[in-house]
Amino acid sequence: MKTIEQFRVVLRNVGLIDPESIDEYIAHDGYSALEKVISEMSPEDVVEEVKRSELRGRGGAGFPTGRKWEFTAKADSDQKYIICNADEGEPGTFKDRGIMEGDPHSILEGMLIAGYATGANKGYIYIRGEYALSIKRLQKAIDDAKEYGLLGENILGSGFSFDVEIRKGAGSYNCGEETALMESIEGKRGEPRKKPPYPPTYGLWGKPTVINNVETLANIPPIIVNGADWFKDIGVEGSRGTKVFNLMGDINWKGVVEIPFGTPLSDIVMSMGKGVKDGKKLKAVVLGGVSGSLITPEELNTPVDFNSLARIEAGPGSGSIVVLDETRCIVDVARDIAYFFRHESCGKCTPCRVGTDEMYRIIDRISKGEGKERDIDTLENLGKSMMLTAFCGLGQTAPNVILQSLKKFRDEWLSHIREKRCPVDVCKVS
Amino acid sequence: MKESGFIEELHEIQKREEKNYLMKKDIVEAARHHQITPARAYGVATFYTMFSVQPRGRHIIRVCRNLSCHLAGAEKIVEKLKETLGVDFGQTTEDGEFTLEESSCLGMCSLSPAMMIDDVPYGNLTPEKIPEILEEVRRREK
Ligand SMILES: Cc1cc2nc3c(=O)[nH]c(=O)nc-3n(C[C@H](O)[C@H](O)[C@H](O)COP(=O)(O)O)c2cc1C
Repeated sequence: MKTIEQFRVVLRNVGLIDPESIDEYIAHDGYSALEKVISEMSPEDVVEEVKRSELRGRGGAGFPTGRKWEFTAKADSDQKYIICNADEGEPGTFKDRGIMEGDPHSILEGMLIAGYATGANKGYIYIRGEYALSIKRLQKAIDDAKEYGLLGENILGSGFSFDVEIRKGAGSYNCGEETALMESIEGKRGEPRKKPPYPPTYGLWGKPTVINNVETLANIPPIIVNGADWFKDIGVEGSRGTKVFNLMGDINWKGVVEIPFGTPLSDIVMSMGKGVKDGKKLKAVVLGGVSGSLITPEELNTPVDFNSLARIEAGPGSGSIVVLDETRCIVDVARDIAYFFRHESCGKCTPCRVGTDEMYRIIDRISKGEGKERDIDTLENLGKSMMLTAFCGLGQTAPNVILQSLKKFRDEWLSHIREKRCPVDVCKVS
Repeated sequence: MKESGFIEELHEIQKREEKNYLMKKDIVEAARHHQITPARAYGVATFYTMFSVQPRGRHIIRVCRNLSCHLAGAEKIVEKLKETLGVDFGQTTEDGEFTLEESSCLGMCSLSPAMMIDDVPYGNLTPEKIPEILEEVRRREK
C-alpha cells in the first residue's frame, strides 16, 4: 500500500514545540510574519497578499479570506473587530482544539495580522466553554505576548495597537454560526441575525468585523513569511494550501491529519487511516460533519477539494471524516444525526425548530419498525423545504446527510418500513 | 450596554455557587449590572446548556451521544451511568454529588465514547470503568 505523506502548514509546530512557551514559538520563526508586515508591508499589501494566496475559510463555507478582509479594510469606521471562531461544535470535529492546545500563538499572530491589515485594534477569541485546556493555553499565550510587547499598545514600536480577549461559550452549537456568535459575545441568546448586512461591514456591536475560523488564522503567518506564491503551489486550482482533517469511526487509525487539497479521500481513509477496522467492508463516510455529506465507496476516489467535492454535492465542511463499516445501519446513523439537530436548533425560526423535531420523530418511528411508506416522501419534502426556508445555516444544512442517505441507501430505509427489518440488526425493530 | 461579557459573568456566578446553578436573585443582579432587563437576562441564562436555573450536584457529568461516540457505544455508557447513579438525564443524585447531563459533541472523537466531569475529560470509556471514575471524582475536591 502506498504511503501518503502529511504536509504540515497549519500543524507546523503542533507536537514539536511546548505550546506554553512563547520562546519556543519565536525560535520556530514565530511572530516573524508580524514583524514582516509591520516593518515592510502596508495594510493594503497584506490584504493583497492574502487575496493572492487564494486562501479560503476553513470554518465550513470556504469564503475567500482576502476578500473578507478587504471588505472590512475598506469599511469606514472608528472601531473594527477581529473575531476568531473557536466554537468548534460540529460533531466529529476537534481540529481547532488541536491547534489551540498545540500552537496557540499561531492563532494570535494570525489575528494580529488581520487587525493590521483591516485597521482593527481589538480581537475576540470565542472558545466553546467545554474546551478548558484550549482556554487556558490561549490565555497564557495572550499574557505572554503582552509581556513581550507583541500584543497591546504600540506593538514593536510601530504605532499599531491590538488587544485580544477570550470569550467563553456556554454550550450552544448554533453559536458557531457567525452572527449568533456575535450575539453571544454581546451577551445575548445565541440566535442568528438576518444577513445582509454581513459581518465584514456590520458585525460585532454593529461595527465592521472579520470573523475567521481557527485554522484559517493559523494559515496566515506562513503565507506572509513564505509568500502567496509558495502557498499557491500547495493544493489545486480553487483550493490552495492544506486542510486539516479528523479521522474517526470504524477505522484502524483515529486522529488528526493535514493533507494538501486534492488528495483523494480514499488515500486519507485507506492509507493514512490504515483502512476499515477489523478488515470489514466500507459502507459510507460522513464527510465534513453531520451537516456535511454522505460519501459512498464508489465516490471514495474523489479528490478532497472544494470543486471536486462540489460535483458530488459534498465539501470539506468542518474537516471531519467519520468512517462507517458494513455493520452500521444508515437509519440508525440518520437518527443520531437528527437527534443532534433537534437538540441544537435555537428555536428562532419555524422551519428549523419544527422541522428538526419532525425529522427526528419520523426517523425514530422508522427505526422502530413503525414507519410508513409515505414517510420517505415526507422526509424528503420536509428536508428540501428546510434547506430553502430555514433562517440560518443550521436548519439549511441539518437535512444534508439525511437526504443523501435516502437517495444513496434507499433500500435500507425501505427494509425498515416494508419488511420491518434492520438488515444489519442494529435497530430494535419490533 | 457594557463591553464586558454578560455570559462571562454568568459563568463566574455559577462557579461560585456550591450547587452549580444561577439563582434568580443573582441573575436579576447581573442584569442590573449590565443594564439589561431581567427578562432578557433570564432568556440568556436558560438558552445555554452549561447554565442551569435549578440547583444541581457538586459535579456535573456531561456525556456525549453524537455520531462518533454513538458508533463507539455511547448508549452503553449512558445506561451504566444511569444505573450506577440511579438518576435520569437532568437529575441529581440524592447525596447531591452528581448531576447527569447529555452533551453535544465534546470534541473528543478520537477517544470516543467520551464524557466530561466538571472540566475534566474522560475518553475511551467502557461501562466497567464508570464506577471507578465516579468513585475517584467523589473523593476529589471541586
Ligand atoms: C450552525 C453553524 C455552526 C457553525 N459552527 C462553526 C464553528 O464551530 N467554527 C467555525 O469556524 N465556523 C462555524 N460556522 C461557520 C461560520 O458561520 C463562519 O462561516 C466561519 O466562522 C467563517 O470563518 P472562515 O471564513 O475562516 O471559514 C458555523 C456555521 C453554522 C451555520
